[in-house]
Amino acid sequence: MTISLTPETAPAHGPSLQPQGWLRYLSFSTDHKVIGLQYLVCGFLFYLIGGALAGAIRTELLTPISDFLPRQTYNEVLTLHGTVMIFLWIVPVVNGGFGNYLIPFYVGARDMAFPRLNAVAFWLIPPAGLLLISSYFIASAPESGWTAYPPLSLTTPATGQIIWILSVLLLGGSSIFGGINFIATILKLRRPGLKLMQLPMYCWAMLGTSILVVLSTPVLAGTLVLLSFDIIAHTGFFNPALGGNAVVYQHLFWFYSHPAVYIMVLPAFGLVSEILPVHARKPLFGYTTMVYSIMGIVFLGLIVWAHHMFTSGTPPWMRLFFTIATSFIAVPTGIKFFNWLATLWGGRIALNSAMLFSCAFIINFVFGGITGVALAQVPFDIHVHDTYFVVAHFHYIVYGGTVFVIFASIYHWYPKVTGRMLNEPLGRLHWLLTFVGFNLCFAPQHWLGLNGMPRRVAEYDPQFQLINQFSSVGALLMAISTLPFLINVVMSAFNGEPAGDNPWRALTPEWLTSSPPPVENWKGEPPLVHEPYGYGIKPGDISLTDTSGRDLWRLGAGSDSRS
Amino acid sequence: MVMPIPPAILTLLLGMGLVLSGLWVGQNVSLLPLDASSNAPVYDELFKVLFSIGTILFIGIIGLIVYSLVRFRRRPSDLSDGVAIEGNLPLEILWTAIPAIVVLFVGIYSYDIYERMGGMTPLNDHSLHAAHADASDSRTWAGISPAMAESDDGMAAVPVDVTAMQFAFIFHYPDAGITSGELHVPLGQPVALTLKANDVIHAFWVPQFRLKQDVIPGQPTLLSFTPTRTGRFPIVCAELCGPAVTS
Repeated sequence: MTISLTPETAPAHGPSLQPQGWLRYLSFSTDHKVIGLQYLVCGFLFYLIGGALAGAIRTELLTPISDFLPRQTYNEVLTLHGTVMIFLWIVPVVNGGFGNYLIPFYVGARDMAFPRLNAVAFWLIPPAGLLLISSYFIASAPESGWTAYPPLSLTTPATGQIIWILSVLLLGGSSIFGGINFIATILKLRRPGLKLMQLPMYCWAMLGTSILVVLSTPVLAGTLVLLSFDIIAHTGFFNPALGGNAVVYQHLFWFYSHPAVYIMVLPAFGLVSEILPVHARKPLFGYTTMVYSIMGIVFLGLIVWAHHMFTSGTPPWMRLFFTIATSFIAVPTGIKFFNWLATLWGGRIALNSAMLFSCAFIINFVFGGITGVALAQVPFDIHVHDTYFVVAHFHYIVYGGTVFVIFASIYHWYPKVTGRMLNEPLGRLHWLLTFVGFNLCFAPQHWLGLNGMPRRVAEYDPQFQLINQFSSVGALLMAISTLPFLINVVMSAFNGEPAGDNPWRALTPEWLTSSPPPVENWKGEPPLVHEPYGYGIKPGDISLTDTSGRDLWRLGAGSDSRS
Repeated sequence: MVMPIPPAILTLLLGMGLVLSGLWVGQNVSLLPLDASSNAPVYDELFKVLFSIGTILFIGIIGLIVYSLVRFRRRPSDLSDGVAIEGNLPLEILWTAIPAIVVLFVGIYSYDIYERMGGMTPLNDHSLHAAHADASDSRTWAGISPAMAESDDGMAAVPVDVTAMQFAFIFHYPDAGITSGELHVPLGQPVALTLKANDVIHAFWVPQFRLKQDVIPGQPTLLSFTPTRTGRFPIVCAELCGPAVTS
């Protein structure tokens, strides 16, 4: 083995300065599993805060007049909602949370490449998040939206905006540290004998995501530093009144913030690619094309940012280029979805919570992808840009896509983390409430946008009231759906059915150790897994040419009745 | 013994049914508000095409998923595996090529639509600049501007200067010397708006005209359209511009 013992492991036999037991999770632990869970739980707490803010938005929109919140507070709420959900929930959880927990297992390592940097990256998040929330109580929260477009962000109260910038800079720093760590771990910490093309798909997704993080997040950081100069020192980078250019900010902002969408969804694509083969008992279909499509999405994701600016000051040739480039992202994304469908086809599908959330993800994301291709067309976008159509579209991508996958992943890996199973009926109830609530909340918003309701407003035309109330009922269902989930996670940790080491009979390396895994992951040498998706009856075992799917089905049903 | 219908024929029939129903839905489901400008019907044409393609794809994929989940579901005691098929290159090429052709077609088609709506007017065009000379502005940016093409018919565009501010649009008619908080435009005659903002970014949007243009401080922007229907339509500010909105 090439991995040397870290100083933390030596005193494990005697008294340790590091806290043990549950206190580990509040400490500067360098164990990747502890850090992964820290990300996950911390992210979930911020999800509850962001969800409460969403609840405030949907309550305000029950009526066409501004009656629940003052207009300024409403703008603060929507700004905090967007910032919290993106920077404190989705990005940290799908990258830092699952990435830290799983990647060392997948590459056959005992920890991440830079364990202390890893802990630093996590511990930047709670202070940054609390700083952001505290702005509401210190002065006033930022109120220029999560995009913070100047000149609006230069004219709204400066304290809140500066706190927002500081917080996002800290979170961006955390994200970059994490990205560097994932790239180093995947490329350099692989167990000898493990080739790149034998890695589980989540490794490829995290490699692609981390490349995007490292290339684009510094651009956002630089932009926000310039914006803070405009606010504090009254420079004129983005202030037209001082000769600056507001559109330049939009270009720089979206150069990060479009890749940010892929930073949120590519890890989710990776996680689904792990979950589906296990519960369908079939190999992942088209491994090689899945890898190339991830890299295709990374490349295209970097050259499509200006599709957020079709109604802004961009020349026609630029609009044309960004239309075509954006539309083409549908091709590698489509490959992934067809491969997942082919993975399910002919499998032995367990209809458990992890599978239901994964399939709901596919349905939601395909819908969001279709509206996304429509939005990529300049003439279409001109009508619906900055309306509830766009709000609906990106919630289908980030909630219907990524958040559904986060839940699927929790149902899938909970037995690994705790050694106990989650309660299935509660899980399915959670799935049903989330799926119905989500679609009731966001599907009607497409119509609102098409018919004239702009986003980020506390007041609207009274003709939109009924549809807005449907949407709010959906939001209420989504809020309620969190309850069975929370009850399930807490109760199962103490009373859940013992899971054993590998309840899903999975083949990926994280299941080839005890549940929960020991410090440094394996008692002996890490297993060398050349075929992480080697499920299924080999074609040699049954003659594929003379058995049809119907025969296979009868075969399966027959073995059932015998047992 | 009766020979069963071959699966290939059933699949073909299903596919044909799917495409036909997608086309029917695209043509017959109307989700858009009233069309009241000359480029609204052009926009609606694009919407129908996108809606048809989207419907076919969405119903097809939902159908496949639901069918798979029901047909291939595992019985509780079943511990067997599916068939170990790891991939199929011709299939991969097929579902790469077809979406690529479809998105290329959609991109080129929407370019054509955009041109018909007047969106390809060059930015900072000299003829536009001459038509709307303003001593204080170094240059004028172009939004959607079909009026320049239509003015060949001899119909001169009605110029209106629009100032967006927190929290109103102010309309100034230079020919009549009138300033108003409402935009009044004649039926069937092209209107050329010169949009300006002095404080923050606003966006001028009339849903019934299918037109939206950001109004960016420091960038006076031209936006033209031809109203085709009489009525009162709301002008919406679609950009977050502070703690109130115009409507």
